[in-house]
Amino acid sequence: MMKFERYEWLAITIMISLFIFVGFIQGWSVSLVILNMCIISAIMTMGVNISWGYAGVINFGVMGFLAMGGLAAVLVSYPPIAESWQAGARGLGISFALLVVLVIAVMYINKKVIQNRNRYILNSLIIFFGILIIRHFYLNATHNIEDVNPAIAGFLGGLGLPIIFSWIVGGLFAAGVAFVIGKVALGLRSDYLAIVTLGISEIVVSVLKHEEWLSRGVKNVIGLKRPVPYEIDLQNADWFINLVTYLNSSKLNNIIDVSDRQQVLNNLIIDGSGIFVKLSYAILFLIVMLIIFYFANKAQLSPWGRMMRAIRDNETAANAMGKDVVKQHLIIFVIGAAIVGVAGAMLVTLDGLFTPSGYRPLRFTFIIWIMVIVGGSGNNLGAIFGGFVIWFSWIEAAPLTTFIINQLTVGLEPTNALKLHLLDSVPYFRYLFMGLILLLILRYRPKGIIPEKVRHS
Amino acid sequence: MIDFLNSIIVLLNFIIIPGISYGSQLALGALGVTFVYAILRFANFAHGEIMSFGAMITILFTWFFQSQNIGLGILPTALLALPVGIIATIILCIISDKFVFQYYRYQKSVPVVLAMVSIGVMFVINAIIRIIIGTETIKFSDGQKFIMKAKQFKVMTGLNEGLALKSSQVITILITILLLTFTFWFLQKTKTGKSMRAFSDNEDLALLSGINPDRVVFTTWIIVGVLACVAGTLYGLDKSYKPIIYLNLVLPIFASAIVGGIGSPFGAVVGGYVIAFSEIMVTYAYKKFFVYLLPSSLEPSGLVQLLSTDYKFAVSFSILVIVLLIRPSGIFKGRVL
Repeated sequence: MMKFERYEWLAITIMISLFIFVGFIQGWSVSLVILNMCIISAIMTMGVNISWGYAGVINFGVMGFLAMGGLAAVLVSYPPIAESWQAGARGLGISFALLVVLVIAVMYINKKVIQNRNRYILNSLIIFFGILIIRHFYLNATHNIEDVNPAIAGFLGGLGLPIIFSWIVGGLFAAGVAFVIGKVALGLRSDYLAIVTLGISEIVVSVLKHEEWLSRGVKNVIGLKRPVPYEIDLQNADWFINLVTYLNSSKLNNIIDVSDRQQVLNNLIIDGSGIFVKLSYAILFLIVMLIIFYFANKAQLSPWGRMMRAIRDNETAANAMGKDVVKQHLIIFVIGAAIVGVAGAMLVTLDGLFTPSGYRPLRFTFIIWIMVIVGGSGNNLGAIFGGFVIWFSWIEAAPLTTFIINQLTVGLEPTNALKLHLLDSVPYFRYLFMGLILLLILRYRPKGIIPEKVRHS
Repeated sequence: MIDFLNSIIVLLNFIIIPGISYGSQLALGALGVTFVYAILRFANFAHGEIMSFGAMITILFTWFFQSQNIGLGILPTALLALPVGIIATIILCIISDKFVFQYYRYQKSVPVVLAMVSIGVMFVINAIIRIIIGTETIKFSDGQKFIMKAKQFKVMTGLNEGLALKSSQVITILITILLLTFTFWFLQKTKTGKSMRAFSDNEDLALLSGINPDRVVFTTWIIVGVLACVAGTLYGLDKSYKPIIYLNLVLPIFASAIVGGIGSPFGAVVGGYVIAFSEIMVTYAYKKFFVYLLPSSLEPSGLVQLLSTDYKFAVSFSILVIVLLIRPSGIFKGRVL
């Protein structure tokens, strides 16, 4: 197993102490909220890092894979809606079967017709009319589904299983999409691949946004079941009340008045239940993160990881040594995307709701890439560190900016137009910080804060 | 015969005129991207924000001129502010080159690093814009809004369908023609333009022939600044200015540049129109058109729409993917990336 260097221990210590610091200053609830998102960000970052850091395959489709993970959370955990199935399942089935027929027909033509021009003409004809026919069945079916109780349902629902299964399913969904993208686009040069993956992720999100029968679209899915207890249940559970009483016994014993004591205890229980829920999430997420971290490291140190580095550093040489570069690129792209998909399902689990319109490239693709670059590509600990540090500064940028602006404009009156305008635009300063951090890191520490270790063996 | 004319007017009104004006905006944007790609050799993700920055400066000066009661009568005041915006955008481009891109160029970094750097620049410009002007939607077109209203046209010709011609559309088309003519003249006829083409074609040979690379890069940023500012302002003038839109506009612009053949200026222009027309044509509901053309027994029952307008954006990318599969170098052989 790997050993950490001294500076790596330093990084870990910094990460932990940041949360303890916030815990004391802004409260433990805030600290845990940030921690949960940090862990999820760290997992996304590891996913990107695996394809970019190990093999140099760029993946700008983070947003799309996250959305696929989110879709999985909905489809796994939401209870099935029987009426919707009755209304449209048959039509959907027919259109899906026709789609398969269409794809087979196109493949058959590609194989049989040799002359290029004829092939294009035949293909476009078949695709055009095929789509017209499929649309007929499909639109009818989706229309019926969307008409079923549109205020609360209007989509097919899911399987009604515990949401935790969706973390695996989310990975599989993302892997499936990544396989298709990889088949189409992986032959391209890296900056081209970046644009294409970015575009396809936009397509994925716009499909989720507008196919209401599948994901309820912009109407959002709310009230997904949690893998952890609800606050209200905790507040009424005897064992939890006993636990809180036990933990705070010294404080409570100091209060003599009975009704006062009950009041204090009630407040403690309400606060405690919130923290307990967030802590349970944190533990679940931490387990997933550590598992992925363990295997990612294991893979990096294995002969397979060495082959990946060889492919990254010199594709031609690796090819000459008999390594199948195209296939390995596809494999690692799919693995990376799958990990991002897991993170996407976890994200929706944490929020308890699925909002397709919330997936924006700035927030979900570019920030993740800043995490990768800042943390150190090719180093898993670096990826985790990047995820933590960037998400932390993303959240804490607003209070920090307010503080700085107040300090700088301390001489101005409180009604000064410039001061008010600056204070109004506090939320936008985080973009400035992100950009500056990225530019500074790329300039002065291009390998990231915790760079990849060069192994000589 | 009347029905035929009516159907033509429908097409003109809902597809051809909007297509040409949107296509012109995309073409100017894509031309900027292609210039950066051909000379500096990287995909500039910050281009959308540069466009937005130019539009923002133009808006600020439009407001200034309006407050001073300086105007152009029937033309929008923004045209008067446009030169200021152009100068500001050029300064922005040159500053970002001096402080950021130049270092990596001298280091001979790989293109993908430069693309990452441009993402950093994108974030910074994005923040500056939001801090200065916020995120609200801003309408800044004034003067006469329509050159011809639908009603006027109906009265004039006696047809059922009206043809509306917004002044912003006509301005877009005229400025685009002017700017494109100038750019191509510059590239083909002037010495600097020729040296730029030489530099783009073969850097080493160009350096050997005594072309000063810094000068070429400087000129490139000037051209990119002009194109970006004009494209951004025209888009804002036509559809109203909203800072968030420009990030989304980057993708169709890249698609235009790549579809046309990246690195080829002519390709970028053609690509812009291809993307714009396909976005509009695929998502337009043709019912009205067919109602005029077909006998009433054959009238379509549905909207006769290939894809719902929600997918407008996805169309440009599907075209990009299809072009990549069939002809990776684009319509007009650009560089194979």
